[in-house]
Amino acid sequence: MSRSPARDFVVGLFVLAGLGAIAYLSMNVGGFSFRRAGGLVVYASFDQTGGLKARAPVVISGVKVGQVDSIGLDKNFRARVEMSLDHNLQIPADTSASIVTAGLLGDRYISLQLGGEDKYLKSGDEITMTESAVILERLIGKLIHSTDVQKSE
Amino acid sequence: MITLVQDLGAGVLQFIAHLGRITRFGASVVRAALTRPNRVRIFVSELFNLGVLSLVIICVCGLAVGMVLGLQGYNTLVRFGAEQSLGAVVGLSLIRELGPVLTALLATGRAGSATTAEIGTMVATEQLDGLRMMSINPIHLVVMPKTFAMVCVMPLLSALFIVFGLGGGYLVGVVLMGVDGGVYISSLQSAVDYYDDVAGSLLKALVFGVLVGLIATYRGYTCAPTSAGVSSATTSTVVVGSVSVLIFDYFITALWGV
Repeated sequence: MSRSPARDFVVGLFVLAGLGAIAYLSMNVGGFSFRRAGGLVVYASFDQTGGLKARAPVVISGVKVGQVDSIGLDKNFRARVEMSLDHNLQIPADTSASIVTAGLLGDRYISLQLGGEDKYLKSGDEITMTESAVILERLIGKLIHSTDVQKSE
Repeated sequence: MITLVQDLGAGVLQFIAHLGRITRFGASVVRAALTRPNRVRIFVSELFNLGVLSLVIICVCGLAVGMVLGLQGYNTLVRFGAEQSLGAVVGLSLIRELGPVLTALLATGRAGSATTAEIGTMVATEQLDGLRMMSINPIHLVVMPKTFAMVCVMPLLSALFIVFGLGGGYLVGVVLMGVDGGVYISSLQSAVDYYDDVAGSLLKALVFGVLVGLIATYRGYTCAPTSAGVSSATTSTVVVGSVSVLIFDYFITALWGV
């Protein structure tokens, strides 16, 4: 089989295009990244995550600044959420975190309300002020229960 | 009644014999790949035949499937007021399922049948016997480059199919139907996970490449040396290849949850 520069060039282009497509799917769409430890990693404990998932966004004023890395239990059986934020963010140390819902039945995400302190959060710090997720079913249950009680009285 | 049972038994035995032969055939292809000289030149020209020449059909079909998904997904989602999730719907269905499967089906029809016909014609015109006369192993010279080219080409084609499909979904959803572009992209990005979805999709495409490559070359290599034999081998490549792709797809999805 003799060399054929034109054919070889086209094959090279094809392989590059295919690899480019795989890279785009992996990096951009799939969110695969080689440097995991680049961001600002902070922790927060919640009484109730209400179906928060890993890779859920973390937002400040509605702008995405990071994502949830993992969710586990701490030693007091509260949900401990690890999130990584953009590394150049300066977030006051008395910032509070709350789990909110996009729309009535949408996905859960974490919203940060900035505090006013001069000290900033460092990687590995803990956000102490947290507000848990509101679970709609439980609210409805409470409402029905309280109206029942009022009727019986 | 007894002949019916006999037929069934004969069919099963034949199926198992085919399974054993194709496994031994695959082993001899792998063994040929490990012996010198390497056939890089032929491999590259097979990449051209199987990959580059399939590009147009893959890209056009990817775009069309993405556009249909965008339209259907939008029409369904808009009833629930959830058209913001269009990117997730289009992306997940393309990456997890439609990309690898449709690419494998198209490649079976486009490249697999051509491979079988080529090798089958060489069998029918005794070209492979001629190679054996010169003590050149036909598996080494003819079959092995084709099989490995199919294995390498399939993930690349599948990834291109998916990218074009995502583009088609964007075209219909965002440009035509007026979903916000940023919302489309961000719902796509937050729904798709690297390990669960993208890596699994590439794994599927790789398995399908092995499957289609082996079936196409095996059918050509073992076809009856007549023109009727070549035609029936080509037909059987398309039928067996497509069916086994769909069956394997179910089992990969069920076992690994891709």
